[in-house]
Amino acid sequence: MSVNMTKGQAISLEKKDGGSLSAVRMGLGWKAAPRRGLFGSRTREIDLDASAVLFADKQPVDVVFFRHLVSDDGSVRHTGDNLVGGAGQGGDDEAILVDLARIPVHIDQIVFTVNSFTGQTFQEVQNAFCRLVDETNGQELARYTLDGGGEYTAQIMAKVHRSGPGWTMTALGVPAKGRTFQDLVPTILPVL
Amino acid sequence: MAAELMRGQNHPLSRNRIEIRISADVPVVAGVTLADENGQVRGADRVAHPGSPALPGIEVSRQAAAEHRLAVDLGTVSAAVHRVSVLIALPTTPGGLLRFGAVAAPRAAVVGLDGTEVAGYTLTGLDAESAVVALELYRRQGAWKIRAVGQGYAEGLTALFTDQGLPEAAELAGGIEEAVARGMARSVPAGTTQTDRSRRTAASVAGPDLPGTAPAADSAYDARTSPAASGTPAAAQGSTPTGGPVDYTHPKRHQASPPTAPAAPAPAEGPASPVAGDAVGWSMDERLYNQVWGMFEDLARSTAAYRSAVDFAESRMEKELDQVLSDPRNRLGATGDAARDAARARQAQLADQARAALDRDLAQLTAESEVVEPALPPAYARWDNPVWHGYRVPTEPPMAVRLGDLHLPESAPLRIPMLVRLPLERGLWIDSGLAPTADGAFPDAGELRHLALQTAVALAARLLAAHPAGEFGVQVIDPAGAGASALAPLMGAGVLTAPPATGAAGVAEALGRLTERVDLVQMAVRGGASDALPPGLDTSRQLLIVNDFPHGFDDRAVTQLRYLADEGPDAGVHLLLVADREDAVAYGPLLDPLWRSLMRLTPVADDHLADPWVGHAWTYEPCLAPAGSHVLQQVLTQVAIARTKRM
Repeated sequence: MSVNMTKGQAISLEKKDGGSLSAVRMGLGWKAAPRRGLFGSRTREIDLDASAVLFADKQPVDVVFFRHLVSDDGSVRHTGDNLVGGAGQGGDDEAILVDLARIPVHIDQIVFTVNSFTGQTFQEVQNAFCRLVDETNGQELARYTLDGGGEYTAQIMAKVHRSGPGWTMTALGVPAKGRTFQDLVPTILPVL
Repeated sequence: MAAELMRGQNHPLSRNRIEIRISADVPVVAGVTLADENGQVRGADRVAHPGSPALPGIEVSRQAAAEHRLAVDLGTVSAAVHRVSVLIALPTTPGGLLRFGAVAAPRAAVVGLDGTEVAGYTLTGLDAESAVVALELYRRQGAWKIRAVGQGYAEGLTALFTDQGLPEAAELAGGIEEAVARGMARSVPAGTTQTDRSRRTAASVAGPDLPGTAPAADSAYDARTSPAASGTPAAAQGSTPTGGPVDYTHPKRHQASPPTAPAAPAPAEGPASPVAGDAVGWSMDERLYNQVWGMFEDLARSTAAYRSAVDFAESRMEKELDQVLSDPRNRLGATGDAARDAARARQAQLADQARAALDRDLAQLTAESEVVEPALPPAYARWDNPVWHGYRVPTEPPMAVRLGDLHLPESAPLRIPMLVRLPLERGLWIDSGLAPTADGAFPDAGELRHLALQTAVALAARLLAAHPAGEFGVQVIDPAGAGASALAPLMGAGVLTAPPATGAAGVAEALGRLTERVDLVQMAVRGGASDALPPGLDTSRQLLIVNDFPHGFDDRAVTQLRYLADEGPDAGVHLLLVADREDAVAYGPLLDPLWRSLMRLTPVADDHLADPWVGHAWTYEPCLAPAGSHVLQQVLTQVAIARTKRM
């Protein structure tokens, strides 16, 4: 059963049957800019980028984004850059896979962010969402709509952090400005 | 109900559109000849063969394969044709078999379009024959009949065609041979450099679903490229009674399973037990290659996680200790000690956790390595692997060869095979100089030079063994003749193309010949006329071992060598330099591009190779034959025998 999350809401990634999740996918989807034809339309493509920053004790250790698709330890993998978006029907246009069991022991938080690489604010982007999927069975665990974006070009969407033996996801929804994740690090630090 | 025919027996055929299936233990060439009412084949245009696979009503495969399906539509065949003969021949490729007696009896079957077998015939009792007429379809009173023929020819296709009255029999047989060789060249696996794919992005708990154990060798082409089929024929053929009882199962099927023959993967909780060939690929060769690279990546990443965690634990402890020190209250007394102890304990705890995670991964990779290593084909195997004792000259080159072993300090004793794709894209340089990190344990300079040349010889032997007979040649330049003892295995087996070139004149002559060859190939390729090469040109790949570079080299020779390093690989000329860079210091920066263009290997363990994912410094160790072992000589002897057979 999928949960529609609101800002600040936390859900545990423990499974109902007591087992814990082993692999999750953070999906990002948005609707591509409308097209009026191919010639001379100067369609203003919307390029959103999903990134994941791995923190150890509030120090960024590694980052996975379109220029570094796999974390050095191999636990977090980006499936590749989508430059234009999709149909806006709820499918993932970019995805980041996290193998929770293989995350290095010192990493205690992974923060997922979205940036508008082409500079449009979220007001101009339709049907943008991020969601968390149990990668082993494809079930959606949580969905977070990027609505009310306002005059922002980035958002710190959610963090997955250790809690006891398992992991918990917290929806953050903190707006920010920036072209890539580097611009966001100052904004991320307070929410860790 | 299918009829099983005996030699000479015939059987009525009630339909026109049929398929003729041929299955054999080894790749064979299949063809069809069309004869007139007098039993004569009028010309080469009445023969369907790999070089000309389609005639009206007839279609055959373009290449040699262990299984064929020939399409025949007797309704479309010209009315002048009274007899359709189906022939099978062993390809005369280097390293190939020369007689049907050495393999299990091939089988030909006539099958309807719906897949039902009309009649089949197993060609038992063949011996020295290398070409055979398996079946014929002939007209009898307006209807077609099948006859099991089984007429073999020890002199091959030429004799077969001559017997059928074909005037240009020899030319046609030669043309078929060429077409088959082209087909074989085409079927060498194309470059799929999918090395950085995730093997277990998310499925580490679900257990691998083992695509590798699926009998992907169902098609004849896979079976042919599978090292399971070509790499271990000694055992398979030794146990195959030639011309023995008829075996109606597909002869290839049992060979499609991985050599370690694991039971079905246990879909149990926890990490599934590893299986050799557990990776994607079109052949066992490719699957093992991808699996080894997957293990390489996993070890690189797992170690990255460990090092990152340990570094973090270290830096956190230092920060905490600094804090303790900077607080004046902690300078003296128990609170300070307690805080320091706590910081150290936190560091130790995290380091222990990281080590436990690494140990878990190492255990898994070690278990995988234990099943993968024994399953490796010769080109991928260490010299102490028993697979070398059953070594047979292959019919086609493998995807890659093992240049040595790789490990990280944390991962010892686990060794990852260093597999590099063939043909080699870069030349190799065995560094005979003392490594700058010498800790006194290295042998002295003379011994190191000897060891470097030994490493080069072991590599050359491996490359020779990995290629079909006559497709790979080795030449040696040893200007001062200093390497005679290390070169002995190559010289003794007589596998060198020519005796080692010595002296300045020898160097110039050997380099000149190879340079000319690269020039010619390049001209032909650029001109788009690769068949316009001079007939005398040896088109096999050549490995040039240069010992003691730059000893005996003048400026012109150095220039030629640089040219060969740059342009050679694309034209089939590969370099293997044994050199100490210090010896070439007089050339200054002139030679820097040469050193950079070569892959540096060392005769002793040395950590100088970086992986493509994280960039760890991996320790390389060469693959040498175990002390006192004669495996190198045995393998080279086989190579030499296969080569003389082909001559």
